[in-house]
Amino acid sequence: MSTRENTPGNTPVSSTPVLRMESVRKTFGGSVVLRDVALEVAPHTVTALIGASGSGKSTLLRCANLLEDIDDGAIWLDGEEITDPRVDQDAVRRRIGVVFQAYNLFPHMTVLDNITLAPRRVHGVSRTEAEERARELLERLGLGGKADAYPDRLSGGQQQRVAIVRALAVRPRLLLLDEITAALDPELVGEVLEVVRGLKDEGMTMVLATHEMGFARDVADQVCFLDGGVVLERGTAEQVFGDPQQERTRRFLRRIVEAGRL
Amino acid sequence: MTVTKGESAREGADDKGDVSGGTSDGVPDDGYAPSERRLARERYRRARARRATAVAALSTIVTAALLYLVVVNAPGWPRTKETFFSAHYAREALPKVLEGLWLNVRLLLICGVAVLVLGMVIAVARTLRGPVFFPLRVLAAAYTDFFRGLPLIINLMIVVLGVPALRLQGVTVDPVLLGGTALTLTYSAYVAEVFRAGIESIHPSQRAAARSLGLTNRQALRHVVLPQAVRRQVPPLLNDLVSLQKDTGLVSIGGAVDAVRAADIIVGRSLNYTPYIVAGLVFVALTIPMTRFTDWVTARMDRRRAQGGSL
Repeated sequence: MSTRENTPGNTPVSSTPVLRMESVRKTFGGSVVLRDVALEVAPHTVTALIGASGSGKSTLLRCANLLEDIDDGAIWLDGEEITDPRVDQDAVRRRIGVVFQAYNLFPHMTVLDNITLAPRRVHGVSRTEAEERARELLERLGLGGKADAYPDRLSGGQQQRVAIVRALAVRPRLLLLDEITAALDPELVGEVLEVVRGLKDEGMTMVLATHEMGFARDVADQVCFLDGGVVLERGTAEQVFGDPQQERTRRFLRRIVEAGRL
Repeated sequence: MTVTKGESAREGADDKGDVSGGTSDGVPDDGYAPSERRLARERYRRARARRATAVAALSTIVTAALLYLVVVNAPGWPRTKETFFSAHYAREALPKVLEGLWLNVRLLLICGVAVLVLGMVIAVARTLRGPVFFPLRVLAAAYTDFFRGLPLIINLMIVVLGVPALRLQGVTVDPVLLGGTALTLTYSAYVAEVFRAGIESIHPSQRAAARSLGLTNRQALRHVVLPQAVRRQVPPLLNDLVSLQKDTGLVSIGGAVDAVRAADIIVGRSLNYTPYIVAGLVFVALTIPMTRFTDWVTARMDRRRAQGGSL
């Protein structure tokens, strides 16, 4: 449990935001998923995206990583507009780590190869160096003995921690976590959230889409409630969970409380 | 049936990396004694298996006897026996056919490699994105459409008979080389489709994960998509190779002396068809190991997938 009282993400910060979105619009066929999204993520802060299923949390993350092209608006990474069509998308993605809901580990590779693939092939790190760092990260996340195992021999929680290591191995500037505990059995959620908490303490900038409201309240410096394709409400965890201003936010949180998730 | 069950259970235990003592018979050493219920169940299963074996044996004997009687009592049997199953001609044909078969084997090996390489190139060409590759995509699609539709025998005639007729300088007229080329053209079209199906069967989330790590499209294809696609397509690929193995016999139409042609020569001289039977059996004998190997690989992959579970 972090005891730090961090600066809320919605107060103006002097440094350039790591991630900034403005007027982002994204449609799939006829359905508008993101209508007009604005977002700012300060360095070394954690932003939690909450909202009902289908509110666009995952889409927002996929757009931030350029896995989806946005229809309108703009996204900046460290002050550089990454939605400019002239930008090298592969170079942008190298600076952002992503952890997926379904882990998306490569089943034909060992844990170690999963982790060292990008450092070796993309960043030109030597095999020994990449493996050394991978083992070090695995050790830290309690996966020391699993380096040579194949992903399908691991539990869901272990797989998801490997996926986090894989994302961290390229030393990303920003980490996007997309519902990373949604596919896990309840007793495995804790071990994954513990890892995220540790990363926060190390100062990693993160944006996480989550249904774990308790965790969001605990770890997030900034909470954004997505509804109807916009960030309807944004503030510190205390503000959004304790004193929501919008009727829809209140209704959403009430449903969550009734479901026993908060 | 009970045998295969026991086997897979034991291998399952091996796969879990259980290396403690006494696992050779798959029995954990925890003082467990089978209950009367279990023993009764096993007795019943054994009895049922014995009965099944007896029924299978009896039905095989009856079927074989019926077939034998029908064939032997056919009005033309004595004549057919002499023309198709003459021991004398079989002995004469076998060494020549085997000699010819060596050509078929070499053709299979060389064409097999060429087919795999060319098929992979075409499959990848078909999946390339971006406007630059448009002509390549179209060409690859046209190639597969054309050569999958063209009957192999016509393809062979065009290449083996048509190319020498052009009298091009420096182009071979060797029927073996030309026949091999024709086989490669047709089979690489099939194999390309097998590879393409494999590539498309890999879930997009794998590509997304690779791209999110900063891998380029090409790196994602090479390190993440293709290895999984190829592994998944091993059984259908082997199936195509079995088919190629037997179709190497078709190069005989250009005059190359392979097993079929060797038989042909003796038939032409003796007017006895036994050499064809010999050649046919030799081909069957050659493909059986490959077919069994294919079955084995397929079964092994199915089992691994079943154990992998979660995906």
